[in-house]
Amino acid sequence: MDVPVSFLDQLFNERVLHDTGVDGLYARSALFEDVISRFEAFALSFGKDEISESMVFPPGMPMPDFETSGYMKNFPQLAGTVHAFCGHDRDHMGLLQCMAAGEDWTKGQKATDVALTPAACYPLYPILARRGMLPEGGAYVALQSYCFRHEPSKDPARMQMFRQREYVRVGSAKQTMAFRETWKQRGSEMMELLQLPHEVEVANDPFFGRAGKIMASGQREQELKFELLVPVNSTSKPTACMSFNYHMDNFGQAWNILQADGSPAHTACVGFGLERIALALFRHHGFDPDAWPEGVRKVLWG
Amino acid sequence: MIIDTVRNLLSKHGGIPVAVDQLADTDDLYDAGLSSFASVQLMLALEEEFDVEFPEHLLNRKSFASISAIAAALSEIVEDQEVA
Repeated sequence: MDVPVSFLDQLFNERVLHDTGVDGLYARSALFEDVISRFEAFALSFGKDEISESMVFPPGMPMPDFETSGYMKNFPQLAGTVHAFCGHDRDHMGLLQCMAAGEDWTKGQKATDVALTPAACYPLYPILARRGMLPEGGAYVALQSYCFRHEPSKDPARMQMFRQREYVRVGSAKQTMAFRETWKQRGSEMMELLQLPHEVEVANDPFFGRAGKIMASGQREQELKFELLVPVNSTSKPTACMSFNYHMDNFGQAWNILQADGSPAHTACVGFGLERIALALFRHHGFDPDAWPEGVRKVLWG
Repeated sequence: MIIDTVRNLLSKHGGIPVAVDQLADTDDLYDAGLSSFASVQLMLALEEEFDVEFPEHLLNRKSFASISAIAAALSEIVEDQEVA
């Protein structure tokens, strides 16, 4: 009897993604990247008249800002920091000997001032804070970043390095809540145009440890996070392809982002998991985009 | 007795902007300014003080919603521990 081929192996066999030997770290084909860039253009067509500006971030962010974000309080298991060799000639020789002997050569590596970005909107907040008080209308930014989360998996939708495209709203509680409601609606409209089965549900982030259970329960009870789920690797456990988050004034307080009236800004973001959405399209419409339903092709390729 | 200890630890770890002795036992602590993260700090302090561990089903926001809710959770844990 044939063993069913996993979705990940199908992606490798079809050369949509390429194996690197590390789970969650894959090379992308031109085809895969084309689908992502088409989706990004599609997503940008929705908020283009509302945004105040656009930014793209590198995959790393300043360590002090990473510390301010509070990420280590809640998700220490997912974080990645950049370490580098900072020694002299003698240390270098020692390092090479360690490598040659197959020993741990990384123990002398020193922390740099860069952390891998865990969530695409984090690098935005300190930039806004440095500009001083927000204008009356707040800020409305489109952005994109590579992100890192240390969670190796055979599920192709759970990559360690992946991109998030986001819209971020910064301003009053009213502005940010209205923004999130609008995008919950739009998210579903977008999925309908892409002909992907989906549902929107209250969700929680994967907070660490026993304390994390309290944090998760609080997040759900206050309905701070919603996810738009699409079956990708499994039908019983659908994948969050978009998320709609309201952070209250947590980031406003952490980075001292002030509204025009001097009070801490509220923030909300809608995130599109770019690789996940591309994977959902391949999963539901097949490995050959030329053969995708006409409606979907029209939405993405015009 | 339990309530007094809860009040004492709440004032140390709760980060609440008002004085804890001005809160009634049934007042909503989140409305009073208790953050989710501070409720976790409070739980760890309670566990140390009473030498207990909050079981899975009590690890939620409701368990820390008021002074009386915290005391009720603790009584349940202490009782279970004595029975066991």
